[in-house]
Amino acid sequence: MHAQTVSTEMPASRGIHKLMSKVFRVRPKTATIIAATILLLIVLMAIFAPMIATHDPVELSPANRLQGMSAEHLLGTDAYGRDLFSRVVYGAQVSLTVGLGVAFLCVLIGLPLGLLTGYFRTLDAILMRFMDGLMAIPGILAAIAIVSLTSANLWTLMVAIMVPEIPQIVRLVRSQVLATREEAFVEAAVLMGTPTRTILWRHLMPNTFAPLIVQCTYICAAAILTEATLSFLGVGLSSETPTWGNIMSEGRIYFQLNPSMILWAGLLLSLCILSVNLLGDAARDALDPKMKRREG
Amino acid sequence: MLGYFIRRLLAAIPVMLVVALSVFLLLRLSPGDPATIIAGEMADAEQVNNIRTALGLNEPLHTQFFIWIGNLLQGDFGTSLISQTSVMSMISQRLEPTISLALAAITLTVIVAVPLGVIAAWKQGKWIDNLVMSTSVVGFSVPVFVIGYILIQVFAIELKWLPVQGYRSIDEGIGEFISRLILPAMTLSSVYIALIARMTRASMLEVLGEDYIRTARAKGLGQRIVLFRHALRNAAVPILTVVGAGFALMVSGVVVTETVFNIPGLGRLIVDAVLSRDYPVIQALILLTAGLYVVINLLIDLSYAITDPRIRY
Amino acid sequence: MSTENPVLKVDSLVVETDSKDPKQILKGISFEIQPGETLCLVGESGSGKSVSSLTTMGLLPQGALRAAGGRILLDGEDLLQASPKRISELRGSRMAMIFQEPMTALNPVLTVGRQLDEVLACHTSEPANKRRERVLDALEQVHLPDIERMYDSYPHQLSGGQRQRIMIAMALLLKPKLLIADEPTTALDVTTQHQILKLIRELQEKHGTAVLFITHDMGVVADIAHRVCVMHFGVIVEQGEVKQILSNPQKQYTRDLLSAVPSLTPREARALRGPRLVLDVAELVKEYAPPRSLLSWFKKPKAGTKAVNNISFKLYEGRTLGIVGESGSGKSTLARCVMRLIDPTDGVIRVDGQQISGLTAVGLKPHRHRIQMIFQDPYRSLNPRRTVGDSLIEGPMNYGAQREAALGRAAELLQLVGLPADAIDRFPHQFSGGQRQRIAIARALAMEPDVIVADEAVSALDVSVQAQVLALLDDIQERLGIAVLFITHDLRVAAQICDDVLVMQRGKVVEYGPASDVLGNPSAEYTRQLIEVAPGRSWDFANFSPAS
Repeated sequence: MHAQTVSTEMPASRGIHKLMSKVFRVRPKTATIIAATILLLIVLMAIFAPMIATHDPVELSPANRLQGMSAEHLLGTDAYGRDLFSRVVYGAQVSLTVGLGVAFLCVLIGLPLGLLTGYFRTLDAILMRFMDGLMAIPGILAAIAIVSLTSANLWTLMVAIMVPEIPQIVRLVRSQVLATREEAFVEAAVLMGTPTRTILWRHLMPNTFAPLIVQCTYICAAAILTEATLSFLGVGLSSETPTWGNIMSEGRIYFQLNPSMILWAGLLLSLCILSVNLLGDAARDALDPKMKRREG
Repeated sequence: MLGYFIRRLLAAIPVMLVVALSVFLLLRLSPGDPATIIAGEMADAEQVNNIRTALGLNEPLHTQFFIWIGNLLQGDFGTSLISQTSVMSMISQRLEPTISLALAAITLTVIVAVPLGVIAAWKQGKWIDNLVMSTSVVGFSVPVFVIGYILIQVFAIELKWLPVQGYRSIDEGIGEFISRLILPAMTLSSVYIALIARMTRASMLEVLGEDYIRTARAKGLGQRIVLFRHALRNAAVPILTVVGAGFALMVSGVVVTETVFNIPGLGRLIVDAVLSRDYPVIQALILLTAGLYVVINLLIDLSYAITDPRIRY
Repeated sequence: MSTENPVLKVDSLVVETDSKDPKQILKGISFEIQPGETLCLVGESGSGKSVSSLTTMGLLPQGALRAAGGRILLDGEDLLQASPKRISELRGSRMAMIFQEPMTALNPVLTVGRQLDEVLACHTSEPANKRRERVLDALEQVHLPDIERMYDSYPHQLSGGQRQRIMIAMALLLKPKLLIADEPTTALDVTTQHQILKLIRELQEKHGTAVLFITHDMGVVADIAHRVCVMHFGVIVEQGEVKQILSNPQKQYTRDLLSAVPSLTPREARALRGPRLVLDVAELVKEYAPPRSLLSWFKKPKAGTKAVNNISFKLYEGRTLGIVGESGSGKSTLARCVMRLIDPTDGVIRVDGQQISGLTAVGLKPHRHRIQMIFQDPYRSLNPRRTVGDSLIEGPMNYGAQREAALGRAAELLQLVGLPADAIDRFPHQFSGGQRQRIAIARALAMEPDVIVADEAVSALDVSVQAQVLALLDDIQERLGIAVLFITHDLRVAAQICDDVLVMQRGKVVEYGPASDVLGNPSAEYTRQLIEVAPGRSWDFANFSPAS
């Protein structure tokens, strides 16, 4: 009897108004606060890059190549004599743009597709077979293939990273819709003559938000990682553009000579992804009633 | 069981068709003339024409597709545009390093990740749980190549315990083979360990809340029997699912690890192929990995039947 | 009270939430059980009756609840002071427990035999063949058929009743002095419940076990208890011999609780309110296709399952027709067919003369509002993200009502179902289960239907709340002349509210007629059996006297 009352209380606590108040009222863990602070600093660094950077990040200076740390070049210079510190600072721009852009595009495309496949059986059968096919291609290979065929600019890069992530969003939304459409309040809406599109919009979509927000943070982290990986492999944005992946890719050869060429970009990249992931965990703990129950 | 197996095999056909179609169309429908893109900006008209003929681009689209599929079914993956050798033989030459690396990493993962996840779930909220959880977040946040360089810096450059880079075939001596595999395997498995440990913990926690665990405790069973006999077997299905879904992660890890450690495997092959726009090689490798993905997930589906008697096909 | 040594003595036990600001769940309760005695803890949800049993077994959810005071003496040994190891030793050997949900209480991946064997392997040092013998003997004792096969079965291959028998066999393997049964029959059909109660009683007499039986069902109490503790909000309101509690309760709470139990004696059918036939169902069939297998092309097609098999009935305005049956009888499928939530395979459904079977979604729309539904689970039937007002006006606005007008009407309806006017701006989670069911009724009424289908609409509610909701339905029907199709498994509820009753078994009609005939003087064997096994039929709770 006791267990039953607990479990039946769950749907109620999913109310969005309650969720929002929870998100803001919940006393966040120290790790979450640190993660948010780090991320905020990186965002500020990206926005104010032109003021923070000491040099033009793409300016070549063959005479000054491969210098160590100095007052002039805080982190030294790379093989083309470009100022490493300035390049690392500007690198934040690409990473954040790609992370946020991909997450946004994924929702834009994945949410409607998921809603439709969850509600319409025939569409579901066709589209999900297609999604299964897309899922079978490992993301990095698909991204590599797409980038290799088009000249890599920011847009194609984002599309290339987004395509493999879409099936996951579609599946997530679809499973939420499938679960929710069995709920009595959706059947009640059907009986009250509510048109299908209103049911989708009013009763089914809001239930997908909580897991969607969590998944979005993870996709954002994954996109930043994939972009860096592509650049590192030399198939990302042109090597002239300052990205953390590019910086490390170029530093690779001189790694034993000057580890700091990889170190700083790698550190910032790792911190950035870690912060996003930690915020994702925090969002999950706050939004997922199942986790909530478990943590007591 | 056999019926289910056949049904699953049949269901894999449309998936593979979608994969083949996507790979095929990607080249054909990309903006601009594929031959020009492949040839690169420096190529002259004749080179472009040669590539167009080599790829059969002058035929109508559907004819091209059926010719291509027909060849694939006969095991003909085409010829490399760069080395002019058969793609199949290029792949088979590069197979050994990748397989050794992947197997080593998977073994390491299973040995480390599952016990960590079980312990974390058991000691939920205690320091060991916090340690496992925070290490695992770091584990899948730090890019594989960064982990690789850190390991090289510490174990190869500072401590000089292990060689920096390179690969030796097992034929050239088991000692060399293993010593050069340790760092890459650790690098590759880091993400995987983090993922599986987290999943094991989550899955165990879910199961530990079930009624039958309460029953087991009410019977007076010891903690160890409850954890391993009653809980872990029930938690296995979601863990296995993640192992399958993590395959994509593994592929990306292999590509990066082989680059960092200079291992001449399939991962290097695809990066080189992309850099030189050797499209038949790219196509073949994507198809092969997708096929492998389908097979692995089929095997995992079948293994559910072993862990869970409720699943009868 | 007897002077023997009690098997279990609970002494001013306090349990509170394990947090910085603890809230008391059990506020110092005391009771004791003698050998061979059955003590019933009875109470509504939130009374703390389950918490008492879990505390005794040391199974309180860690980090959520903790025992904060008092003593629990098992044979004189204080369990709250005992080490975890000692508790483990005692569980299964000296005290054992069976749970509410037989479907989930057994581990799905281990065979039944293995799960029983574990108890012996853990508490004794007997060799494997000896253990197997004892397990088979235990299975025999709980009257399971084909025990050798049962030993190697997995839980999912067994029915709910069989699983609960296995749980009992497991609990009694080592002949414990105390058996705790936490709502062990609540999830079962009445027939199975009757058998399980009989079995517990039989084994108790055989072994002299003391039983702590937790239930919310007064009928079960009347059937099995020697003594009763009535619990309410963590306090034992009243305890005493079962006869005394049932016939001469001292406390108002106990009196209210007993009065809320519906009588098994059917009401007299009311006079026809009017001649209007609002729901006419004829020869309705719902057939589910057999599962397709790969080899089905080569085999003869199997017959499908007829979940609803040729059902006909008529419902006139202002009347209530009860559809009664056990789980699997097809009563809910019937309701969903009538609502057109699923499409019937065959047959005709007419609402107020308009045929709605066979209509397309578009054709159906103008008629939908005439027949509305109230669902079983009040926690799932309202969208948690929308205010009560928004939920109430959704339907009318679909049919062209203006928002302001619809809101005005919604406020009137809330008043009609006994909720305050400010409820309109609040969210569902701010209401209790009973209040939510009132909101659901108001939502159905907002559509101005001719028929309301209530699918187990009071089954999830406590008896006192159940009585209120039933009274409300009755009142509304009286005022508005709406017809009600009432789906239930509970004969008491059916007897209290229905004019006519239709008994279903495996998709077919067993008996159909006025409630006073079907329930008062059944002609079908199955109906007679159902009434026979209804718990507490020998007692008239509302009048505190034996049934006439």
